[in-house]
Amino acid sequence: MPPIDVELRNVIKEFPARRNETPVRAVDDVSLQIDDGEFFALLGPSGCGKTTTLRMIAGFEETTYGEILIRGKAVQHVPPFHRPVNTVFQDYALFPHMTVLQNVMFGLEMEGVKRAEARTRAIQALELVRLPKAIDRKPRQLSGGQQQRVALARALVKKPTVLLLDEPLGALDLKLRKEMQFELKTMQRNLGITFIFVTHDQEEAMTMADRIAVMDQGKVLQVGTPEEIYETPATQFVADFIGETNFIRGNVLSSNGKYITVKLDETTTMKAVSDQPVADNQEVLIALRPEKINVFAAKGTIQYDEGSSESTEDYKKALLRDPNINLMRAKVLQDVYIGTDTRYSLDIPGNQDIVARVQNFGLRSDTYFTSGQEINIFWNAENARVLTK
Amino acid sequence: MTSSVQPVTKPTREKSRGIFTALPAAIWLAIFFVLPLLIVFIMSFMSTGRGGRAVMPLTIENYVDVFDRFISVVQRSLWIGLLTTLVCLLVGYPLAFFISTRKSAGMRNLSLFLIILPFWTNFLVRTYALQTILGNDGTINGFLQSIGLISEPIAFLNTPEAVIIGLVYGFLPFMVLPIYASVERFDFRYVEAAHDLGANDLWAFIRIVFPMTLPGVIAGFILVFIPAIGTFVTSDLLGGTRGLMIGNLIQQQFRNNQPLGSALSIVLMGMVMIALLIYIRYGDQENS
Repeated sequence: MPPIDVELRNVIKEFPARRNETPVRAVDDVSLQIDDGEFFALLGPSGCGKTTTLRMIAGFEETTYGEILIRGKAVQHVPPFHRPVNTVFQDYALFPHMTVLQNVMFGLEMEGVKRAEARTRAIQALELVRLPKAIDRKPRQLSGGQQQRVALARALVKKPTVLLLDEPLGALDLKLRKEMQFELKTMQRNLGITFIFVTHDQEEAMTMADRIAVMDQGKVLQVGTPEEIYETPATQFVADFIGETNFIRGNVLSSNGKYITVKLDETTTMKAVSDQPVADNQEVLIALRPEKINVFAAKGTIQYDEGSSESTEDYKKALLRDPNINLMRAKVLQDVYIGTDTRYSLDIPGNQDIVARVQNFGLRSDTYFTSGQEINIFWNAENARVLTK
Repeated sequence: MTSSVQPVTKPTREKSRGIFTALPAAIWLAIFFVLPLLIVFIMSFMSTGRGGRAVMPLTIENYVDVFDRFISVVQRSLWIGLLTTLVCLLVGYPLAFFISTRKSAGMRNLSLFLIILPFWTNFLVRTYALQTILGNDGTINGFLQSIGLISEPIAFLNTPEAVIIGLVYGFLPFMVLPIYASVERFDFRYVEAAHDLGANDLWAFIRIVFPMTLPGVIAGFILVFIPAIGTFVTSDLLGGTRGLMIGNLIQQQFRNNQPLGSALSIVLMGMVMIALLIYIRYGDQENS
């Protein structure tokens, strides 16, 4: 286990009330442990408290309650200029009256590093972010991407224990953002510095972070690896916020360990997985990712590209040998072709609408269905998870 | 962020019409500014005739006179102008900073209102009031005597210090207002960035806040220095002979020696021009 670099213990941040209003609790009892060398993302919609959390770690906001520890030392009362953390600000906050080099040297000068050495180290930092040629320019003469690199160099040159990044890629266009995501990730690996990173973009968090804390309304809802968060979302909010999810409603018919059987209507049941015990007849909400749903034709024969064929009935029988397979009829409400996949809106028993994303392999005859068609759909019960509220 | 605004080229007709809009002011300035300036400039190189009138031949004797006989007055003017500006800066910057960092707009507006409130009274009246306050039988001496701190009145009046007090009082708003505008525009996230990089409050001020609000400081410097160096009402009423400034000298000389008065005027203008050149060079850097 790597040592813990940053720890938040029951941190609360309340902003004082304006006239006739109750205080706003921006961060509500957040506890986190961030390991040394970890790339950690705070993910959530705007106003969820992620930036306030970051600002408390940086020292720009005081905690109302709770403790923040950096390398085991409580820092709530340490001013930002004495904390071993540095920040890449959302709009970079590069000093406009200084050149790129002066910006990067500033932090070293404040440490009392000699000018010549500060200059050498600043140039090294600018080489690290691949911007060594622009040292004498003013920030406003640089593109957004270049400014971002300067902000990064300015923070990294201080060799912080923890680097905080507040939506650092938010101002960049899509292509540049993708490039920077990989560059940041590589840089973080090579430097071994802990990165704590705030974003509202779930894809960005998934791409870069080792672990993600999903926040909403000041609370941390779930902490886990991108895979854990995506595959086993803890709450409806997390499931909905990270990627696309179908929510299927049903009543528990029976349960057997973590497997439960849920009734969708009088004639249809499905199996799902629940981490918590459920009572019979309890109404549950089941999360099912669109890409976990498979489709095939309702009747006739499936022709495969390599020449063989199979009747849909045989195909069905083969599938049902696995007791964890949920198979049912659905009606296509809408079909949207989006290149790599097709998105189907489906009406399933119990009068519920779900979405299925099917990759366009093009290896079999029943590849494309159109609205109004009856089809078979199936998925593994392991992928259908009961959500806690 | 920098916004790149494409310069819009106006149609030629619009441009030529623009000339006409400036014409009244141009005529006015030509008659009442450029022409008198030329006259003063030429007179400053003429000899002194009967009754102090300017007569031929041309000479540089007046300038020799300025730097020979009156150099102390020129120096004093510069000195008083600079000190006034410096005191205004030391008093005005913290004040402007205080006002522009108030959270409530009402408080800011009230403060600004109080700053410009003295302008509601005529400057001459206010200077006479200062005479009353600083005089030997004045408010300050009266108070100090009544509490027994001094037995004899302190001679505040008719000193260069009295002139500086009067000038600082009169011109402080000209320092406060441009600095206020600069600090108001200043984005305090830069201070957070400085703190983040290890600067304490003092360093953040020296390296970030002050340089970034420097355009306001320089504008205030010019707005105070130029009228201060050329003042004659304040120095006349509060300075006496020991507070005599170039403005008073010009006033005197135009009565009995017009060419010398002209030369003094041109020298004063030269000093103002130098100040303005400094302003043009450093004042508005952010927008260049």
